Amino acid sequence: MSTEAHEDRISSVSKKFGITPEDYMLPARHMINLLNVDGTLREESDQGTEPGHEYPLPSPAELMDAYSALAVGRRVNDQNSALVRQGRMAVYPSSHGQEACQVAAALCLEDGDWLFPTYRDTVAVLTKGVAPMEVMTSFRGEWHCGYDPKAYHCAPMSTPLTTQLLHGVGVAHAAKLRGENTVVVAMCGDGATSEGDFHEALNFAAVFKLPVIFFVQNNKYAISVPLSQQSAAPSLAHKAVGYGMAGERVDGNDLMALMAVMRRAVRLAREGNGPLLIEAHTYRMQAHTNADDDKRYREDSEVQEWIAKDPVTRMHAYLDDAGLLTEEAQAKITERAEAIAKKLRDGMNQDANTPPSELFEHVFASKTTQLAEQQALLADELAREEA
Amino acid sequence: MTATTSHVNPNVSDATARAAAKAATQNQPVTFGKALNTALADALVANDSTVIFGEDVGTLGGVFRITDGLTARFGSERCFDTPLAESGIVGMAIGMAMNGMRPVIEMQFDAFAYPAFEQIASHVAKMHNRTRGKVDLPMVIRIPYAGGVGGVEHHCDSSEAYYAHTPGLKVFTPATVKDAYLMLREAIDSPDPVIFFEPKKLYWSKEQVDLQALASDYEAKRAATTEGTARIARAGSDATLITYGPSVSTAMEAAKLAAEEGISLEVIDIRTIVPFDDETVCASVRKTGRAIVVAEAQGFVSVASEIVARVQERCFHSLAAPVLRVTGFDIPYPAPTLEKYNLPSAERILDAVDQLQWEA
Repeated sequence: MSTEAHEDRISSVSKKFGITPEDYMLPARHMINLLNVDGTLREESDQGTEPGHEYPLPSPAELMDAYSALAVGRRVNDQNSALVRQGRMAVYPSSHGQEACQVAAALCLEDGDWLFPTYRDTVAVLTKGVAPMEVMTSFRGEWHCGYDPKAYHCAPMSTPLTTQLLHGVGVAHAAKLRGENTVVVAMCGDGATSEGDFHEALNFAAVFKLPVIFFVQNNKYAISVPLSQQSAAPSLAHKAVGYGMAGERVDGNDLMALMAVMRRAVRLAREGNGPLLIEAHTYRMQAHTNADDDKRYREDSEVQEWIAKDPVTRMHAYLDDAGLLTEEAQAKITERAEAIAKKLRDGMNQDANTPPSELFEHVFASKTTQLAEQQALLADELAREEA
Repeated sequence: MTATTSHVNPNVSDATARAAAKAATQNQPVTFGKALNTALADALVANDSTVIFGEDVGTLGGVFRITDGLTARFGSERCFDTPLAESGIVGMAIGMAMNGMRPVIEMQFDAFAYPAFEQIASHVAKMHNRTRGKVDLPMVIRIPYAGGVGGVEHHCDSSEAYYAHTPGLKVFTPATVKDAYLMLREAIDSPDPVIFFEPKKLYWSKEQVDLQALASDYEAKRAATTEGTARIARAGSDATLITYGPSVSTAMEAAKLAAEEGISLEVIDIRTIVPFDDETVCASVRKTGRAIVVAEAQGFVSVASEIVARVQERCFHSLAAPVLRVTGFDIPYPAPTLEKYNLPSAERILDAVDQLQWEA
């Protein structure tokens, strides 16, 4: 691809919006924010939008679906944390407080589109349609990811930071070569943007003009290290311009804004305008995992401040005020959330029962002689134990 | 070659020229590099999902010209250049393989593959296992490796142990022109990810091989499988030299010299380090009772160490002498002025043969 072709693409989309290529690539001056923390709709002049960065409000039906997934997500987060305390789950990196980001990342996609999540993105994976117990498989100490990535178009939740962004780039590239119109949402956190693969993934996606949305949940901490020690950039979204792609900042606790921003990004990507980088400002309300002690690195007052910005209560207030969330609708959502929580409790209360012999089965497509020998050795040990 | 021929014989018809060119090809020695290039081209023809990419593999045809002409013939969607970033190349290949492609990617040099090591060790090697067999990664990572070409620092590493040590990776390394073709075709068709180590010093080596016949044999499944099958490169009866890749030719030279002194050495070319052919190796050692492992890589915690361990575990009662190793020294590769002192030589191998407790 020639440099001219690349400039053409950016200038054609910027022309469409009536702005310069630089203004297309640079995020709007303020982050996109449609709802106040009390759930009231912000004045249009106060939404952070500007020419070329305009966001029509999502439809009531869209918002109700999203809120339902949001409420389920919150319930699942809290259920899982409880299961860890009860010793039924090995570990759980909760996304409590980040559920709006989780839900928007999955809901903006269509069936054939792919999601590339991290270990904190269980609610996004669940929202993409993966069965609850399958999502949580690895967190109960199992050795595999628990679901079929190809069936759900959802990659295994990645532990090595930002490595999965490149896999998302590859999935989009393969689809593009076959003439398919697949969009990929590839997720990572603020700390992960320091990794080399973040750079390589954004650069590859931009050079090959691939329909990938890089979705950064800036939850302010990488375990204990604050954003100020990760990056000196004006914002993480500003990194986009360095790759020749568009960046945008959005309030990550404002589900309405997230739905608007993510849906527009997916549409632009699907139309062939290349990748986009979206930075969502949110907050990790709980410790990194149950093994972490967040009192060592942040003040409780800071956490308290973010309680007021909670994404669930904010969306609830808006829908309630708008008369969309009837008692009946809320009851239905609660029922659904409770049913999934029960599924998780019931599932986790049964011991995982994978035969150890299976550990040798999937290392390669078919077992090598050496693996067959080792499998037989373990089988023999187990047989003697039983005898 | 064809162009030159038609210049010399301007009146000859096209058909005659083609036939002459074909006959010439069949009778011409073929280089190791040409065999790899032909294997890549044939794989692109055989399967629409095959894609080739890496640094300088497009217009330039690769720094060693292994992808020469592929972009011109198949187009820039089948063989293309990427930004200069090895982790990106491997990571993108993983995603493409997840989504139905068969990527064949080139790491420009052995030591330049290290930035991709996380992608290789954490994902290429584990995706099939992590997804309980649901996602396979049929991809090949080609790595020109080892020394003997006067290369400078970072261009001569023998890095095979890193990959062979990682469960989930297959590790191939051909030592003949014929194997270069067959093993690359097999690697590309494998459902498993293959790290394909190409000994640089062999790129220009030539053999009389009919690549067209080889291609037909391979595609008709008449060619013997190389994966997991060591090759008896030279039959012998007194001791076994177990070796692979760039060291096979050195071992063959040593065997030839030994024969002049009346010592019959068998040379086993491992071909695929993973999966490993214990059977062929052990059958040979049980027959000869003596063995030396020859490898260019530094010896400490190496593939050579593993082979020695496997042989003594399985053949202890057949051994008349300890199994020895002739390997590179445990030093950073001393390219290029002093590399000859580091590389296992036929003389160093013969010195080791002398130590195999021949006295009755």
